[in-house]
Amino acid sequence: MDLVRINEFVWEIPKSGEMKVPARIYASEKLIELARRDQTLQQARNVACLPGIQRMSYVMPDAHQGYGFPIGGVAAFDLDEGIISPGGVGYDINCGVRLLRTDYKESDITARRKELLAEIFKEVPAGVGKGGITKLSRNVLKEILVRGAEWAVEQGYGTAEDLDRTEERGRMKDASWEFISDRAMERGIPQLGTLGAGNHFLEIQKVDEIFDVEVARAFGIHEKGQVLVMIHCGSRGLGHQIATDYIELMENKFGFKGLPDRELINAPFKSDLGQRYYKSMCAAVNYAFANRQMIAHWVRDVFAKVMGSAKGMRQIYDVCHNVAKVEKHTVNGKEKLLCVHRKGATRSFGPGRAEIPEVYRQVGQPVLIPGSMGTASYVLVGTKEAEEMSFSSTAHGAGRVMSRNEALRRFRGEQIRDELARKDVELKATSWKGVAEEASAAYKDVDEVVRVSHETRLGKLVARLVPIGVMKG
Amino acid sequence: MEKKYEILEHMADGKFRAYGRNLGECLGNAALAMVSLMWDPEKIKPAIKETIKLEATGPEQLTVKFLTELIYLLEVKSFLLGRVNEIRVEEVPNNGNKTYRLEAEVSGDRISPEYEIYGQVKAVTYNEMKIETSDDGLVLQVVVDM
Repeated sequence: MDLVRINEFVWEIPKSGEMKVPARIYASEKLIELARRDQTLQQARNVACLPGIQRMSYVMPDAHQGYGFPIGGVAAFDLDEGIISPGGVGYDINCGVRLLRTDYKESDITARRKELLAEIFKEVPAGVGKGGITKLSRNVLKEILVRGAEWAVEQGYGTAEDLDRTEERGRMKDASWEFISDRAMERGIPQLGTLGAGNHFLEIQKVDEIFDVEVARAFGIHEKGQVLVMIHCGSRGLGHQIATDYIELMENKFGFKGLPDRELINAPFKSDLGQRYYKSMCAAVNYAFANRQMIAHWVRDVFAKVMGSAKGMRQIYDVCHNVAKVEKHTVNGKEKLLCVHRKGATRSFGPGRAEIPEVYRQVGQPVLIPGSMGTASYVLVGTKEAEEMSFSSTAHGAGRVMSRNEALRRFRGEQIRDELARKDVELKATSWKGVAEEASAAYKDVDEVVRVSHETRLGKLVARLVPIGVMKG
Repeated sequence: MEKKYEILEHMADGKFRAYGRNLGECLGNAALAMVSLMWDPEKIKPAIKETIKLEATGPEQLTVKFLTELIYLLEVKSFLLGRVNEIRVEEVPNNGNKTYRLEAEVSGDRISPEYEIYGQVKAVTYNEMKIETSDDGLVLQVVVDM
C-alpha cells in the first residue's frame, strides 16, 4: 500500500481503487511503525471507501487495529448520502473518561491514601459479573437511557454543575429506548453504577507537570501535587449488546457481500435501520454518562467520609471516546451537518465552539487521555486547527503493543503491585491475573502519543497526571 | 479429537481456534476457549444447567450469536460455564437459503468468591473469523473484544 509522508507527523494513503477520499494518519516515525505492524492502515483505507465519507479517513496517533474501523479512527459522513456504522463506534459505546479535581495536595492524603482506595473499592462495584448497588426497574432504565446523567443528578448523584461540564451535558437528545432489544436491557439493568473490568480503571492521581499554566488554571488545575480522580469506563453490557444486535440486523437487511471487512457493515444514516441504531447508540451513550455520574458521586462520598470534606471536588470534564455524533463542520468551504464517528478518539473542540461549556469557551474543550494502568495520564485542550485536521478530534489513550497472552507470560499481577508500590502507587484489583494482562509495558508509550497530538496541534498539552492510587476492575 | 481449542496471539483482544468433527462440536469447544479467557472452565462445578436455542442465517452468525449468549448468561444470570454437555446444529432449508438452528445444554455454576475471574469478553466479532475444513473435521477461528 502507498504511504506518503507529508511532513514529520502527517502521512497519507492517496486515493486509489474504491477509495472515495484519501486516508490521513497523524503519527511520529515510531508510531507509524507500530501502525504498519497490524491492519491499522488497511482498515483506514477500507473506511475511505464507505459511501458519503467527507474529506478524509483520519487516523489518530494512538491508532491500532480494530474491527472494521481502526481504533483511533475518525470518519465523518454526509447525512443524506452517508452511512452510520456500529463498527465505527465500537462495542463499548461511550467508553469515556471523567476527571474530578480536588483542593487536596498529595501530602494531605498520604496518610489516608490506603483507606481512601479501600473505601472506593468498597463503594464502586468492579470486576466481571459484579452487579450494581441499585436494582433497577425496566421503567427507570428507560428513563436513564433517555435522560442520561441528568437522571442521575436528579436522583442526588452529583450536581447540576457536573452536567455543564460533561460532553453533551450528559444527555444525547436523540436517544430512544424503543429500538433496544430485551437482551441489551437485561444486560444493562444489573450493571448501572459499575466500573467493569479489562482496561477500565479508577485512579487517584496527582498533577506531575503543568505545561500550560493559563489553561490549566481555567480547568481548575493549579499546582504540582494537586490531587485528582480519574474514572475510565463505558456503557457496559448494554452498549456491547446494542452493537452486536445492530451488526446482525444490518447484515440481515443489507448483506455483507462486497464489504472488504464484515465489521464495516453499515446503514444509510437516514434509513429506518440507520436511525434505529443511531437512537439506540445515543441511549447507550446516556447510560454511560449516568454510570460515570454515579461513580463520581460515590468517590466524593468517600472523600467526604475519609478526609472530612469533598469540598473543591469539582468535575473538570467528561469525554466520550467511542461515539457517533451529528456535528457542524466545514467541508469545501461550506458548513454542513455531518455524522462524525470517533472510535477510540476524543473530541477536541477549540475555543469558541458553542458545544463547550461557557467556563471553557475562551480556552477550548478539555481533552482527557488516560494512560495504561499505573502510568501517566494527560489533560489536553482542543484547538481550532483540529477542526481542519480531524473534524476536531485527537487521540484517546495508549493502545496495546503486547498481547494479553504475552503479558501473562511475562508478568505476574503481584509483581506489578510490588513495582507500583516501589513507585509509591497503591493498587487494588479484583484479579491479579487481570492486573498482569493490563501491565503498562503491554501498552504504547502514551507520552509519545500526546507529544504527536501537541506538535500537530490536534490537541495541546495542559498537564500530566500520575497515579498515586489505582483501582482496577 | 485430542485438542479442543488453542488460544492465539492477538495484540489488543482475544483470539482462538476451536476444533471439532462438526460445527456443533466446534462451537462447543469455541465456548470453552472463550470462557478460558475469563476463567478456568475446568475449575467450575457443574451445579446448574442452562439450555440454549437459537437460529442464524449462516455459520459465522451462529458463532457470534451462540458465544454472545454465553456473555449474556454471565452478565444477567451470573453463570460461569464449565462444560458443554450437548450441542447440535441443524441446517434447515429456508426459501433457497439455509437457516442454522442450534440447541445446546451447558452446565456450570454461579459467580462466587471461590472462582477467579481474570478477564472480560465484551463482545464476539467477525474480525478474522474463519471456518475451515481439516482432516479431522472443522477449525473455527474467532476474535473477541476484550
